[in-house]
Amino acid sequence: MNKRIPPARKSLVAAATALLLTAACTPAPKEQKIADPGTEVSGTVELWHFFTEREAAAIDTVIKDFTATHPNIKVTVKPGQDDSKMTQAIGAGNGPDIGLSYSTDIVGKFCSSGAWVDLAPYIARDKVDLNRLNATTRSYTEFGGKRCAMPFLADAYGMFYNKDLFAAAGIAAPPKTLDELAEDAKKLTVRNKDGSLKRVGFLPLFDFYENAAAHLAPAVGAKWLTADGKSAVGADPAWKTLLTWQKNLVDWYGYDNLQKFRAGLGDEFSADNAFQKGQVAINVDAEYRLAFVKDQAPNLKYGVAPLPTSDPARYGGGYVTGNIVGISKNAKNPEAAWELIKYLTTDDKTIVKLANALKNVPTTTGAIGDPGLQVEPEFKTFMDIFANPNSLTSPPAASGPAYQETFGTFVTNWQSGKVKDLDAGLADADKQINSVMTLGG
Amino acid sequence: MRLRRLTPWTFLAPALIGIVVFFGYPLLSAVYFSFTKFDLLTVPEWVGLANYRRMGEDPYLLQSIRNTLWMVAVLVPLRIVGAIGLSLLLTQLRRGAGFFRTIFYLPALAPPVAATIAFVYLLKPGTGPVNAFLARLGIEGPLWFNSPDWSKPSLVLLGLWGIGDLMIIFLAAVLGVPASLYEAAALDGANAWHRFRYVTLPTIQPVILFATVTGVIYTLQYFDQAAVAGSIASGQAVTGGGISSSFGFPEGSTFTYPLWLYTVGFRYNALGYANAMAVALFVVALAVTVILLRRAKAFSGEEQ
Repeated sequence: MNKRIPPARKSLVAAATALLLTAACTPAPKEQKIADPGTEVSGTVELWHFFTEREAAAIDTVIKDFTATHPNIKVTVKPGQDDSKMTQAIGAGNGPDIGLSYSTDIVGKFCSSGAWVDLAPYIARDKVDLNRLNATTRSYTEFGGKRCAMPFLADAYGMFYNKDLFAAAGIAAPPKTLDELAEDAKKLTVRNKDGSLKRVGFLPLFDFYENAAAHLAPAVGAKWLTADGKSAVGADPAWKTLLTWQKNLVDWYGYDNLQKFRAGLGDEFSADNAFQKGQVAINVDAEYRLAFVKDQAPNLKYGVAPLPTSDPARYGGGYVTGNIVGISKNAKNPEAAWELIKYLTTDDKTIVKLANALKNVPTTTGAIGDPGLQVEPEFKTFMDIFANPNSLTSPPAASGPAYQETFGTFVTNWQSGKVKDLDAGLADADKQINSVMTLGG
Repeated sequence: MRLRRLTPWTFLAPALIGIVVFFGYPLLSAVYFSFTKFDLLTVPEWVGLANYRRMGEDPYLLQSIRNTLWMVAVLVPLRIVGAIGLSLLLTQLRRGAGFFRTIFYLPALAPPVAATIAFVYLLKPGTGPVNAFLARLGIEGPLWFNSPDWSKPSLVLLGLWGIGDLMIIFLAAVLGVPASLYEAAALDGANAWHRFRYVTLPTIQPVILFATVTGVIYTLQYFDQAAVAGSIASGQAVTGGGISSSFGFPEGSTFTYPLWLYTVGFRYNALGYANAMAVALFVVALAVTVILLRRAKAFSGEEQ
């Protein structure tokens, strides 16, 4: 047995052994077998979602509709589940058949690790036309060419403005460019005798309410990641435009003045929300704010519009994100799971019903045009933002929100004046982001 | 005969099983995972010392260490001094000691999260009653949890408010000092300070040691209050993106070591690195404990 192996061969054998060993260590991808077209689906399917109370009840109604038309499938619903619970359950080998998450942050990890299965074979088999889905929602439900999730309703972000305050300041229309926004913000701002702020036109701090960098990025069309998944914040000049504009406005108010003013404002999701109380005249927020205003500040006279932009040609969009749904790799009944997902994310009537109940933006072209969809004028603005090609989302990454939060730290240092040289700071932020991103998956 | 030898083990079994299953096994697996790249979902990949090497060049880690050390250096001694002071005061009371003991102890019963939320709202500039009261006295209150300079001192205030747990322990220790020692000292002409310095303090020294060790370990793991205070003060108590986006608010001043550990582990899916951080924290806590115990022995001159 102990044959002499020539040196050249030796390294080859070593390489082969190493390869075999590594292959043995990483589990071979389980071949995904799906049923033939037309096979009848039956059995029990378990769905985990994050909704509670009123919203959970809305889900239950839709599930009831589903079981009425699919009598062979029984659905068990577990409400109020979060992403970390789902991750642990899938890791431990008993994930739910279907997971419904509020955060696109998990798409990168769930697709790349295979925690959620590739839906492509099902989509191909059932001839589901993905072009019926809004393009942005398509982009945040796949990662690395793998479609492991489907969009389940969406959120669109735009600008809310207080019509009474606009009228009092003599401003006729909402700002469309960043320069107009800064100008209007200054006109709308009221100071106390001692120089402190009484009312703020637009509060430009990045850690205020929904002002996260991701939500303002569509104003300048800034990109987060390069094609190979590296940080693009240093290379994309759009970020510099946004940050310079923002810092100028911050300095006009005075950073300390803003800090002090902000510290006295109510919580974003309470009735004391600063926009609802007229303390802030212009605010970035999503379509779900409409329901809050209706409930908490019914007398507020306000309007909504797309995000102002640096370049007028890019006007019309905003930030888009949404809920996502997928099938666990250890689902007991993936066929029934797909059947339910298909029903929830591609059936126009179902989506219209969900959108009406949850007051979120529907994701298919059919549902958007459906006459059954309740569309108040304000909601229509958000649907337009959602459909606008200038709208942007935050791309999925294997390390989840790491790149956004690392950049978030940088921009809070920037607005407080700790960063002196923006170019050097952005280059450094690039390095930090790339480093943090290699930590995970 | 053999049965008899087994008897003590059977009695010890529940405790031993507990230690092995809930301490030994997790500790060993944490050490193992700290040498891997691991995301809960795929098979861990061995990376050797890479995670530990990274810790040296991680700016967020350094920031979190600075914040945590600040808390240890300020919160632990203040809590001990405060608890000793309160317990001494209580022993001096002729009347109503029971009443005040209860009052001082009560805050310790409040769940940390609820207590933190209440504190942030009480201290909230603009709407909170504390600054409104200070304004009446003509003092302009600070921004408390909203100021990077005041956020950590505010957390210390919160820690001092909930001092009751420690106070009760010191009260028992102070009451346990034999009265005869005080009498003897008084006969020798010792004044109040002397009696405290040469009678009370040496007698309660083991309790101080206990309070220091547990206090340091507790503060190294400081998480809930920092997380909640940052989130509430930022005004974004419920965000779709999850709580970690407001960790450390304002300007990273409340960003403690365990917050970073949680973020990299459960938000960025870098559980290998998070495990390396956990192991490092364990080693530091163990080292601090050993050093404190050694020094305490040297001071008291005991050699058991």
